[in-house]
Order: sequence, then C-alpha cells, then structure tokens
Amino acid sequence: MNLELTDEQTFLREAAREALSRVKTVAAARDALEDPSALPDLWPTAREAGWSGLLVSEEHGGAGLGAFDAMLVMTEAGRVLAGVQLLGHLPASELLDEAADERIGAVAEGELRACFVAASPPGDLDGRWTVEPPSGSVRLDAPVLAAGGTLSGSVAWVPDAPGAEVYVVVATREQDGTPVAVVVDAAQVSVEDATRYDATRTLGHVSFDSAAGDVLEGIGAGHLARAWYLAQALLAAESLGAVETALSESVAYAKERFTFGRAIGSYQAVKHSLVEVLRLRENTYALLLYAGWAYEDKPDEFPLAASAARSAGGHALDYASRAMISVHGGIGATWEHDAPLFFRGRVAGGIAAPGSHRIPA
Amino acid sequence: MDLNDTPEQVQYRAKVRAWLDEHKDEAPVDQGEDEAAYIDARRAWQGKLAAAGLAGVTWPTELGGQGLGPIEHVIVGQEIARAGVPNVLDVIGVGMLGPTIIAHGTEEQKSRYLGPMLHGDEVWCQLFSEPAAGSDLAAVQARAVRQDDGSWRLSGQKVWTTNAHFAAYGLLLARTDADVPKHKGLTMFVVPMDAEGVTIRGLRQISGEAEFNEVFFDDVRLDADAACGPAGGGWGTAMTTLMFERLTIGLGSEGLGYRPERYAAAIAADEHARLDPEVRRRLGELCVELLAVKFTGYRMLSLLQQGQIPGPEAGLAKVTTVRSAIEAGDLIADVLGPDALAEDSEWAYMISFLPGLKSAGGTEEILRNTIGERVLGLPPEPRLDKGIPFSELRAKERAAVVS
Repeated sequence: MNLELTDEQTFLREAAREALSRVKTVAAARDALEDPSALPDLWPTAREAGWSGLLVSEEHGGAGLGAFDAMLVMTEAGRVLAGVQLLGHLPASELLDEAADERIGAVAEGELRACFVAASPPGDLDGRWTVEPPSGSVRLDAPVLAAGGTLSGSVAWVPDAPGAEVYVVVATREQDGTPVAVVVDAAQVSVEDATRYDATRTLGHVSFDSAAGDVLEGIGAGHLARAWYLAQALLAAESLGAVETALSESVAYAKERFTFGRAIGSYQAVKHSLVEVLRLRENTYALLLYAGWAYEDKPDEFPLAASAARSAGGHALDYASRAMISVHGGIGATWEHDAPLFFRGRVAGGIAAPGSHRIPA
Repeated sequence: MDLNDTPEQVQYRAKVRAWLDEHKDEAPVDQGEDEAAYIDARRAWQGKLAAAGLAGVTWPTELGGQGLGPIEHVIVGQEIARAGVPNVLDVIGVGMLGPTIIAHGTEEQKSRYLGPMLHGDEVWCQLFSEPAAGSDLAAVQARAVRQDDGSWRLSGQKVWTTNAHFAAYGLLLARTDADVPKHKGLTMFVVPMDAEGVTIRGLRQISGEAEFNEVFFDDVRLDADAACGPAGGGWGTAMTTLMFERLTIGLGSEGLGYRPERYAAAIAADEHARLDPEVRRRLGELCVELLAVKFTGYRMLSLLQQGQIPGPEAGLAKVTTVRSAIEAGDLIADVLGPDALAEDSEWAYMISFLPGLKSAGGTEEILRNTIGERVLGLPPEPRLDKGIPFSELRAKERAAVVS
C-alpha cells in the first residue's frame, strides 16, 4: 500500500501551481463580477501545460494519465479560483478517446475545447437519465436522439458550455430510451450564458433543435456514468483546493490579529472552528484518494467514491468559506477581502454545477 | 497510488485466512450469560491466536511476536473480522502496554510479563486517568513514596479502567515528586491487581452496564523494581503508551464496528424509510464521513509503511467516527421508533455508549486544541501551570475554588 504522491504527481502539481501563478486569477475573479471580460482566458495555459489531453490515451495524442492526476490539477485550479474549463472538457475528452472519435487528436491538443453535457445516470429512485432543470427541482429527461439521427432537447446549468467548440451530449434514443453519447459541433448548438454569482464558473443553458450529431460508437451506459462521476470527483478536487486556501489564509490571520491582548487563534472558539476545517479537508482528501483508486482498480465503487468525495468537498468548502468570513470579522464579508470570492465559488459550485443533488439516488 | 496487497501480502493473507478457516469453530461465542466463563474462553482463544502468530504481529520475534509491520497487523485484523470471530481480548495490553514495556521496561520485566500478556494468561489494564486528571493527564495525584528499603507505597484513585476486574497487572502513572513542575515528577509502575490495598469497583454507564472500573489504592506496597522506565521519567513513558493508543485506535477503526454498511443495512430493511429522501440524505451524509475515516486509516497505514509516525491530526478520525455514529444512532432511532431503544437492542446500546466515547482517550475539545496548536500552528491557550511546582499549583487551585 502506498498512498503518497509519486514523483511524477508531485511534479504535475507543482507545475500546475506554477503555471496558474502567472495569472492573477483571484483578483480577476473579483474584477469579472463587474466586468465579465476581465476573466482571463486560461485555455492557452491549459493547452500549454498539456491538461487538455491529460486523460486522453497516448495513442490518441494525450498524456494517458489517470483520474487522480486530473484531480491534482483541479485542486490547484480551485486553490486560486482559476476557471480552467476542465470540468467540462475532461469527461468529454475521456468519452471521445474511448470511442476513438476523429476529433480526439484536436481535443487532446486543445485546439478544440470540448464540453460534457451531462445527464444524471439512473438510480433506484429515479430510473431515467435526467438533466438539471433551469429552475425548480423537478428533474427533466435527457435530450432525445430521433431515429433519423437528430438531437433535440435542452440541458441547463452546464459548466464550461459558453464558447466550447464541441459538445459531448448524454442523450437517450427515441425508440427505446437507451443512453447514447452524441457529439455536436458548436454551430448546431444554442448556448445561453447562464453564469451566476461566481464569475469563474461559466455556465450555460444548452439547447438542441433537431441538431445534427455523431453517435459515439461503443459508448454505453457504463462509460456515460463513469464520465458523470468523473465530473463529480473533479468538482470535489476543485473544492479541496479552495478549502486549502481558505484554511491557510484563516490560520495566518488568526495568528496575527490580536484582541484583548491575545492572538485570536488562541481562543478556542476560533481554534476549534479552524480544526473543523482541517477535519473536513482531511476527509475530502481521503475520499479523493478513494475515488482515484476506484477509478483505476475498483470501477464498481467509483460512483460511490466520487459521490462521497463530492458531498464531502461541498460540505468542506461550505464550512471553510463561512469560517474564513467569520475569522476575518466584518472585513471578511466585504470586497476588500478575498473571502467573499471563495464563498461565491462554494455557493455557485454547489447549486449550479452538475448534480445539485449531492448524493445521487 | 496503490491500495492493493503486494504478492507477499496476498500470500500472508491467504495463510492467515487458512488458519482462521480451520480454527474459527473453536472461537468463543458470547451468550450474554456468564461473563466470567466468557472471559476465560476469550483468554484461551487469545492464546490460540498468539500460538498461531496472529497476536502481537508487530512485536519483535525475540519477545514472542512476529516482527512484522503495520500492514500485516491490519491484514490479521481484517481477516479476523471477516471470519466473524473475536480478536485478542487484551487489546490494551497487546496493543499499548506491551509495546510500552518493550520500549521502556527492564530485561526482567520483559521476560516476566510479555509472554503471559501476549497469550492471554495475564490480562493488563491501563491505570492513567483519575477523576481530576484525564485530558490533562500530567495532573495525576496518585502518590508513590519511596521507602527506605527501596520499595514504594502507593495511594490514590484511578478511573475509566477497562478490564480492571479481571486484570492481573496494571501499568500505573503516579506522582513521585510534587515539588517539581507537574510533567517532571511522574513515574510509571507495574502494579499487581491482587496486591493488598487494591479495591476495584464497577462504574455503571448510561446503558446500565459497567464496562469501566474505578480503582482505589490504599497504601499499596510495590517492589523496588516495579518502576517501568526511570523514576521521574513517567511522562515520557506515558507518551509512548499514548502513541500506541493512537495507533491501536487508528489501525483498528474498522474493527470498532461503526461501519457504513451496518447502518445502511438497518435502513434498507425498513421498506418505507429506504425510499424516504430525507432519511437517505441523512444516511448518505453520515456514511460519507465513515467512508472518509476508512480511507484516512489507509493513509495512516501508508505513512507507517514509509516509516513515518502519524501526527496528532490522526485523532480527527476518531472525532469523525464518533460524530457519525451518533448521527447514525439518531437516524435509526427516528426510523425504528421506540423499538430502537428496547433493552436488548444493539442500537440502544450504541446510543448509550457514544456520549462517553466522545471523551475517551481525551476530550474532543482538548484534542482540537492540540491539533490547532501542533498541526495548524495556532497560538496556545494561556497556561497557568507552566514551570510551577505541582504542590504549589494544587494550592493555587484550592485557593481559587475557596475564593
């Protein structure tokens, strides 16, 4: 048993940290709240670092790395609130790679940015492949692939949808309801920008009106479910990074801010709250290890592991971002500080990203 | 990243499993009637496990152990749980006190005590906590005074003593010098539990059962060679025990029985609750935490395998376990209703046991202080006991209560 990072993984993480440090992503997250054009385009950074092909096999021009490696990169992105658009791209790239689709080389290279348009896989309470509705909590049916090969339907709150070049859509076949992956080029897709509250999490409502698309051959329910749960694990990893920043900034402040003659970190109320952040951080990291291991060696457990990680990561960031605000006092609730950006990231990530039901049925 | 057994571990696991398959019918079954007979049977079973090399897996071979690593220890624990048979009776002795004697004891102590401990012939108990010294362990007041002939006289009270009523020996932390600061005047002793002046009394818990004891020492004579480790060096010796306590709890967390599958099965058995979204959400959230504990345990094992000792943050796994199990008890009581609280219900027992477990091994609050200070580097609580002789500190405390 060895759960420590390999030298390659340590290098990947350090390289990601270095690449993202060249852009002032946290400041941009604030500026973009007022002016969306202030959001830096990090796709060139992702391409240069090779993240666009991270999960693509070497024979198709990718790096052939594993899900846990992708989680390490997402953690670094979350640490600095960098919207790297990998949440949409990586699960899509995995499906295109599996099907050896003709676009895979360009997707691996990053020339084409892909977007995973996700439907939640069936569970024992809801037997349908469903998608997020634009409002309310009633789940909708996934887009439908007609017998003639055209795709119709819509999916709301799709991460990284605006501006993607190719969409990998989870649909069901009209004749028998079986799930199918359909690749649709941007020209055939209507995307309404639906970014809310967190400028770094670009979201879109995606619609298809008798759109022409290519069915990904050989992709079945198992592959689609795996891509869905991969997205959950990546989101959890992103949350972990944000939790780590929230914790380190809160700890640093608790050591230097004095009240009643003592550093506030010496008060149990503050100390115990920060230890709670650490506890939730440790749990999330442990579950990401589980997800990374299950993805490779225990595929049957990957849905459980990824869902558990997503739930833990969401809770952790919820608690950590609120603790960050509290520890900093009033200033933590203002734009003078970064804490509101982490809080906005938590709220938007929890509500609007794939699977607002944290524990899939 | 690799969670799988190596070929050697596969082989070792197969060997352990084969022995258990062959011998599991000899394991005792608790009928809940005659405790003394069951304890005897558990001791005999521990003897069989020890003879087969399934107890003291990490102990050195020259002291009767197997000289293997933490992974093999965990493999044995997993296989014993899988076989559905009890593990060693004296977890405290074999897991914590034996290793302390191995680290600090004299050659005579090692050769006299370790063999009978490992084989279950002599059960041990841990005599550390007192009514006024738990999380603040260095505040122990039990006094041992050296006599002219080199022997010691011991007086005081210990509490929360698991297994004391059938233990042959205890490892006891006593104050031997009250005129130095509190961490410095302590000494660890081996105490025969049948010595004159030792009184053991069961301490009934919420459930009504008495799993712990309080133990009174009234001028008990200890031989000159009863000290384990140097006189005045008891704090260091105690730290060794507490480190092994952390490891025993950390590596045995799956064996505590607070497993997600157990709670999921209880909910799944109820045809209405299993479909209720709110019940499922609550179950999901607590199971997520217990799954995290499982993999936190693997992280700890991985660290140990690389030769590192886990830090105090390992204690957070216990916090998570207790919190989640409390949630599980509440949920199951909500679902099953008053039946969950019936006299013979496993859930009533669990619900009654957990509030006390929260403070076992040190309160959650003190654990959070320790982790906040040692792991996060936060400034310490103001301390009023530093550098003050223990006798003076006690006098100040008494004066503060009076005024």
